[in-house]
Amino acid sequence: MPTLTIDGEEITVEDGLTVMQACEQAGVEIPRFCYHDRLSIAGNCRMCLVEMERSPKPIASCAMPAGEGMVIKTNTPLVKKAREGVMEFLLINHPLDCPICDQGGECDLQDQAMAYGRGSNRYTENKRAVKDKDLGPLVSTIMTRCIHCTRCIRFATEIAGVEELGATGRGEHMEITTYVESALTSELSGNLVDLCPVGALTSKPYAFAARSWELTKTETIDVHDAVGSNIRVDARGGAAMRVLPRLHEGVNEEWISDKTRHAVDGLSRQRLDTPYVREDGKLRKATWDEAFEAIKARVERTEGGKIAALAGDLADAESVFALKGLMTSLGSTNIDCRQDGAALDTATRAGYLFNTTIAGIEDADAVLLVGTNPRWEAPLINARFRKRYLMGGFQAGVVGEVHDLTYPATHLGAGPATLSEILAGINEFAKVLKAADRPIIVVGQSALTREDGAAVLGLARAIAEKFGMITDGWNGFNVLHTAAGRVGALDLGFVPGEGGKDTNAIINAAGEGAIEILYLLGADEIAMNDLGKAFVIYQGHHGDAGAHRADVVLPGAAYTEKDATYVNTEGRVQRTSRALFAPGDAREDWSILRALSEKLGQTLPYNSLNELRAAMIEAVPTFGELDAPATAAWGDFGKNGDVSDAPFVSPITDFYMTNPICRSSETMAECSTLYIQKTPRTGTDG
Amino acid sequence: MLHDRDRIFTNLYGIHDWRLVGARKRGDWDGTKAILEKGRDGIIVEMKESGLRGRGGAGFPTGLKWSFMPKEVGDRPHYLVVNADEGEPGTCKDRDILRHDPHKLIEGCLIAGFAMGAHTAYIYVRGEFHNESNNLEAAVEEAREAGLLGKDACGSGWAFDVIVHRGAGAYICGEEMALIESLEGKKGQPRLKPPFPANMGVWGCPTTVNNVESIAVAPTILRRGAGWFSGLGRPKNTGTKVFCISGHVENPCNVEEEMGIPLRELIKKHAGGVRGGWDNLLAVIPGGSSVPCVRASTCDNLPMDFDSLAEVRSGLGTAAVIVMDKSTDIIAAIARLSKFYAHESCGQCTPCREGTGWMWRVMERLVKGEAHIEEIDTLLDVAGQVEGHTICALGDAAAWPIQGLIRNFRPEVEARILSYQKSASHAPAGTAKETKAEPAKETEAA
Repeated sequence: MPTLTIDGEEITVEDGLTVMQACEQAGVEIPRFCYHDRLSIAGNCRMCLVEMERSPKPIASCAMPAGEGMVIKTNTPLVKKAREGVMEFLLINHPLDCPICDQGGECDLQDQAMAYGRGSNRYTENKRAVKDKDLGPLVSTIMTRCIHCTRCIRFATEIAGVEELGATGRGEHMEITTYVESALTSELSGNLVDLCPVGALTSKPYAFAARSWELTKTETIDVHDAVGSNIRVDARGGAAMRVLPRLHEGVNEEWISDKTRHAVDGLSRQRLDTPYVREDGKLRKATWDEAFEAIKARVERTEGGKIAALAGDLADAESVFALKGLMTSLGSTNIDCRQDGAALDTATRAGYLFNTTIAGIEDADAVLLVGTNPRWEAPLINARFRKRYLMGGFQAGVVGEVHDLTYPATHLGAGPATLSEILAGINEFAKVLKAADRPIIVVGQSALTREDGAAVLGLARAIAEKFGMITDGWNGFNVLHTAAGRVGALDLGFVPGEGGKDTNAIINAAGEGAIEILYLLGADEIAMNDLGKAFVIYQGHHGDAGAHRADVVLPGAAYTEKDATYVNTEGRVQRTSRALFAPGDAREDWSILRALSEKLGQTLPYNSLNELRAAMIEAVPTFGELDAPATAAWGDFGKNGDVSDAPFVSPITDFYMTNPICRSSETMAECSTLYIQKTPRTGTDG
Repeated sequence: MLHDRDRIFTNLYGIHDWRLVGARKRGDWDGTKAILEKGRDGIIVEMKESGLRGRGGAGFPTGLKWSFMPKEVGDRPHYLVVNADEGEPGTCKDRDILRHDPHKLIEGCLIAGFAMGAHTAYIYVRGEFHNESNNLEAAVEEAREAGLLGKDACGSGWAFDVIVHRGAGAYICGEEMALIESLEGKKGQPRLKPPFPANMGVWGCPTTVNNVESIAVAPTILRRGAGWFSGLGRPKNTGTKVFCISGHVENPCNVEEEMGIPLRELIKKHAGGVRGGWDNLLAVIPGGSSVPCVRASTCDNLPMDFDSLAEVRSGLGTAAVIVMDKSTDIIAAIARLSKFYAHESCGQCTPCREGTGWMWRVMERLVKGEAHIEEIDTLLDVAGQVEGHTICALGDAAAWPIQGLIRNFRPEVEARILSYQKSASHAPAGTAKETKAEPAKETEAA
């Protein structure tokens, strides 16, 4: 605990802090460009120079460890002059094109030039120009603006784990480049734009779209995966312009995936903005009343047992709760939220949660990944694994498909047989798990969406129990979900009730005519062709597979357009905030169900969102604890049974095309073409 | 003048055999085991007493540097790194040691390595030194075969090996931290200090980086005693030093001399004097391109050692004496150095990356006089903003020659600007208009 003097004030700080961090604690602002809390220290911008007593030269405060008895001065003429000098150097070769630069208004260089610069220019020589680089469809480069802080290089190398950015050349000729002029192959590349302190790296899809001061900023939650990244939606005039990450140490730190960030243009394409009713085989625009009447007419002549409902991946908890209430009052127990047919068991909450928590990964020392590709299923959880790997003393084993996870992982086998071997202790990795103090297992959806899914789940539970993953204060059993709405729906018990049918049974029954009405709450990922003659009601926000099959379409709101509750894979309850209004006649989802229930004479007992939430919390108390990861008790789940030898097959074949929003996004389509389909660019393709 | 008996580098000119047989005849590898038997502390104490200051330019006491290494070898091995990336313009002393006296260096490596608990020494040789590397590698091989290196080096029981690593010719890789980065296979860019190499050097292990000459003189110092070495030169500036005399002298040469030898004597005795006589001297850069030049008037009675040169606001540096007679365009000479530093800046930190290019461009204009008088002060200010604000000393090295030029030759620089402005064709925009406007008025009046 060194005590040092900063600008005449004594302060005692924790061990291991730098002078810059000590200054921050003392309330003294130190300007910086290259320094970033989550990246290694480069010390190359020299903006943070401060005076230290007994040092002949000013020191770089970002790199100097705070030491006992140091006397730091940040307000002397020498420091002022040094900052002016660095600012001047940074600006001599920086184009003063702020009026046409997307960073304008939120540019560190602009702000710091105002605060610490000289205000005039003495440089009369020619400025340097640097060739722009192609970093792919998401990151636009104007390399002449680069100030060589190397944050991007450090992010790519350290956080994203792709060593594809670097510097070539020396002195003035130093350039940040991908060496081979190829797009960055990272699902986290969008964060480079946030990190760049100047306008050298800007968002390509957002180019020249808006100025930061024109945007309405709404803090909300992402739904593109089950991580529940904290985001900020910037909107202007009824359109979401961009998505930026928000700091949440427990979830996404300050990063978001490219899908979270750049699928935003999908929110304004293919939208359902009015109800539709199918007449003579064709969908026609209708009023809400007409749509509800059509449903009522059908429901009135159908008995409850022939009605079913499926909740989709993006369904919020409120609407799922309302739908369950409606189905119950209609006398149906045929409800399911597992549209992929995952053998998740609601008997024990710990049996379907990421119990270790995302931040808890940093305490783990060995992980067994079962049927999951976290890099695609949850890029930020994968980034945590990489962070943990970089801390040292961490081993990862994979059962399932082989993927580059950005950290070394031993491939143990392809299917459940390997799990049996590990359980029997005859696999090498069993020793690793045994030796580990805090081992964890992560079960992905590809391990559960199989006929023997329940048995695989049981096998995973047995491994967790055998290798000491479940101890006091440590739960190493984790299910990695891919759908943002899944955990919330499981918490609400949106699974078949007594005598009810599950997803596969519902689809089969629909095909055979045993299910006559199917209510799809944003469920698009099922085989629509297998639904036979069933009357399909689709409630959702995008004209995707579900709407195409539907007989009645009820336009709902996307995650940016409603105040809604989502529970992430950890069991963390988080709420979105409405950033904009749903287009046209579309409504918030819970209110559609409330209105429909009234029409059907089964009025749900709440008249406002608050009343609904109160009822929901009463039914399932975990919804009352906002932003707290789960501490669910261990219990029995899964099945003992035979498993097949079939390898685990990832449910995600295209990271950029996993839900109706990103399937409607041009940016995501471009990424998919480049990164997934790897279509070569011919030069004549536009 | 140094007696022949006090010379350390007895084959500086390569007239004798550089191989092991020849080296042994000159006394190398003689009683090395006995030196090692003095123990780590014994060697370091004696090196401290000898007063040897690092020969790479900064003049940091070598014995003290060795003593910074951890006393006990922990779980991280210790390393000795020898900086043979001699790139300082004007300097060519290490080169002659490498090719003509490699065994002195290798023996020094063993002793220094032993004294700091290292089992491995890396010698980082400048990429351009092809033949020098060949000789050095051959000498290392000879030493291995003779059992002077290896599991039981010189029968001392100390395992020691020397690895010759060839650089790729970047000047910045001569900076110790950049050298370590380069040695690790990365882009040669200086690392931040702290941590210092004695704590976190090569591969994150305790490391000492020494100049070739500092290591090569160590065996002789330890053989002949600290007293002998410290008896040469002046207090705090002891021993002998290889001077590299180049430029406008009759006979440019490398020569080992006593520290503190007057510059005039050095040039006269060993280099045949200044071309055209001492009075034809304009200026001298006494320690390699990085140090400020000194005017001829200062050189009359100038002892060549660290402290004396610091007193005249220059430095001994690598003791590369660059002599310039009155035919020299001193502004162009310094501008050429500025170009060198702009070219060799690694580009990592802002003041050096941007400042060296700026200074060079202004210098190029000053050569022609194409500038305003006030720009001299701007240039000095920019140099001051680079100096001391960078990660490594390259920024300082780029600033000092310019500062030296303006300090010593400001009237010349101003005269160049004025003469440029006077010549009508080059007059600055403002002046040109006036001269043109005047005759026009006359015609109107007429």
